[in-house]
Order: sequence, then structure tokens, then C-alpha cells
Amino acid sequence: MELTDQEITTSREETKKILPQYPGRRGDLIPILQKVQEKLGYVPAPAMEEVAAYLGITPMDVYSVVTFYNQFRLSPPGKRQINVCMGTACHMRGGNIILDSWKRRLKIDVGQVTPDREFSLERVACVGCCTMAPVTVIDGEVHPKVTPTRVDGLLFSFGMKIEKEGGKH
Amino acid sequence: MSGEVTLTIDGREITVREGEKLLWAALDNGIYIPHLCADRKEEKPDAACRLCFVEIEGRPQPVTACSEPVAAGMVVNTRSERVDRLAGTAFELLLSSHRLDCGKCAANRSCALQKIARERKFKLKVTRLRTLDRNLPVDDSSPVVTYDPNKCVLCGHCVRACRRQGGGVLGFAGRGFERRVTTFGGASLAAAGCSGCGACAAACPVGALTAKNVRLPNAGAKR
Repeated sequence: MELTDQEITTSREETKKILPQYPGRRGDLIPILQKVQEKLGYVPAPAMEEVAAYLGITPMDVYSVVTFYNQFRLSPPGKRQINVCMGTACHMRGGNIILDSWKRRLKIDVGQVTPDREFSLERVACVGCCTMAPVTVIDGEVHPKVTPTRVDGLLFSFGMKIEKEGGKH
Repeated sequence: MSGEVTLTIDGREITVREGEKLLWAALDNGIYIPHLCADRKEEKPDAACRLCFVEIEGRPQPVTACSEPVAAGMVVNTRSERVDRLAGTAFELLLSSHRLDCGKCAANRSCALQKIARERKFKLKVTRLRTLDRNLPVDDSSPVVTYDPNKCVLCGHCVRACRRQGGGVLGFAGRGFERRVTTFGGASLAAAGCSGCGACAAACPVGALTAKNVRLPNAGAKR
């Protein structure tokens, strides 16, 4: 995933606005990163560099922390957030097959976003509707008993919607 | 303040500096304890490799020698059924995600894993566990070192060496099975601003980071 020039500039500027709110102790690292993610929706490399310079640590130290915790995203969220449930029931009903289908069709891995920024893929723990396993939640809407064919169908309908939206502009 | 302390390790009386860690007390007196992640220069040991377990009389459980300061009159045994079992399991877990290619490996004969296997009569083979070959790409971009993450045992020696000498280009990323030694953003060494000091290759106890065109100056064996 390549960041656009616009994204790089924005992430640097927004991070610079956040930094002065903190005294610059090493212990401020996680609160700063959380604030950055709150603002940008993810923690891009330029932001990590700014944070590292501010705290006087290496960018690698920041990267270590960002990759350690699941709460931090490295890529921007897509317009549509696809959450594949990997809870116990969904796992037993082939949740990993569904996750693989999404990965294959979108050509991205978990935690990534498609190059057109339309879809981002995440795995989640139980979403609380195990009778409908395996489920995929797209922008808060639960899709029950998903099959690989259903993945294709959902993507097809999204493709139509995107085309329509594109027509309006 | 800095007095000396006398303790017994494997039936031998040993006098060392007060506050010294058990592992170094033993190693300096020619008593071997398996170890990978221990670093004398660090104040706080990681105690991550779980190989240096010893029995201390009066303690209910084995302890890691790298994190245990010596005490006067302490009686230590470096071998027991429990200790060998703990170290053996930790060793096999390490091997299960280490690409075994000793014959072609640059660290052959100077490898810390080979030494541990020899000393403790462990097999250099994974028998009880499933092996995990992550098949990560080898980084050949630096003119000085080659990095094969598939052989990394995550001891952290290279990370510390890089921090002291090479500007802190290397570090840990990820968690669990995904944990690996890498650079900022996962870039290649050449792209990450590696100064080429080679400290990481000198520090690597196995064949993960190796100096190019030169055999490792028996990095692991001496430590």
C-alpha cells in the first residue's frame, strides 16, 4: 500500500498538532499514537517518524509498539469496513475459509486496505450472533451464513453501488 | 558496598562480585548453563529464551540464572530432571521455528544452538512439535550482512548491538508467531539506513545475520 502525497502531508501536519499536548516523555508514546489514530484513522509511517523525533527515540521503537498492539492500524481504513468473525462458532463453521475468500477476492491481507481505498479487511472475535455462523459484518450490517459464493455476490453488489455513486459525481 | 559473595554451584565453591547474576558467575567459573538471550551489558535481563533454568536449594521452582542475583551461601544445581525438561522443551520450541540447514549455514560449528545441543545432549531435530517454517524472504540488500529471518531465534542480541553501535535500525516487530527482527516499516536493510557496521552479524549467535564473504568470527560459541 502506497500513501499518496496528500496523505503523507496530512499525517505529518495532524501529528505535529497533536504532539505539543504531551510533555514528551517516553511513556507518552501510546497515548500519542492513540490520539493520532483517533484523528487519522490509522498510524502511517510519516506520523511514526514525527512521534519518534518528538520523543527522542528511533522510528523503529515506535514501529515495534505499533505492530505489537492490535489496536493500531498501519493502513488507512477503507470506505467499507469488512469484519470477518473468527469467534469459536464461526471458526467451527469455516470462518477461516470465508476470511480466505475475502483475502483472495480483495487481494489484500488482514489489516490492509485495497489500493482504491474502497475496502479494508479485519478479523474480529465473536460479534454475538453465533446461530448465524459464519458471519461477516460490513459497516455494522451482519451478513449471516456466508459462503465463498456469497462473498462474490456481496462484492458484486458493492461494485454496482460504487458504479452508481461514480455516475452521480 | 561491592563486596564478594561465596556460593556453591554444582558442589563447587565460587566467589564472585556481589550482585552478579548467577549465569555469569557460573560461566566465568567454567560451569556451563545454556543461554541465548542473556547480555552482560544490559542491566535488566530479558529472560526471554527460557534456557538458563537452574535449581536453587530451598526454592520450590527452578529459576532463570540470568535474572537471579547471587547470594551468600546459595546452593545451586545446574542440572536436574526438572531443569533439563524445561530447557529441553524451550530448546525444541526454538528449533520448531528455526530453519535447520546446518550443512549450508554460515554459522555451522559456531552456532549457539549447536553448542547447547552438544552440551545438554539435545537432538538438533524437532520430534514432538509441528515445525513452523515462515518462509520469509532473505534480505540480501546490505553490502555487509545477509539477514535470513527464518533462522532467527529472537534473542535480541542484534537489536541491542544495533542500538549501541549501528543507530538502532533493527528492532522487534509484531507479536507471537508474527514476531520478528526487522527494520522500520519492514524495509530492507539497505533502504532502512543501515550504517553497515556489522555489529549485528558479530552479535548473532545463530546464522540469521551473517557477515558477507567472511565466516562469522565464531560469534555464538564464545559467549
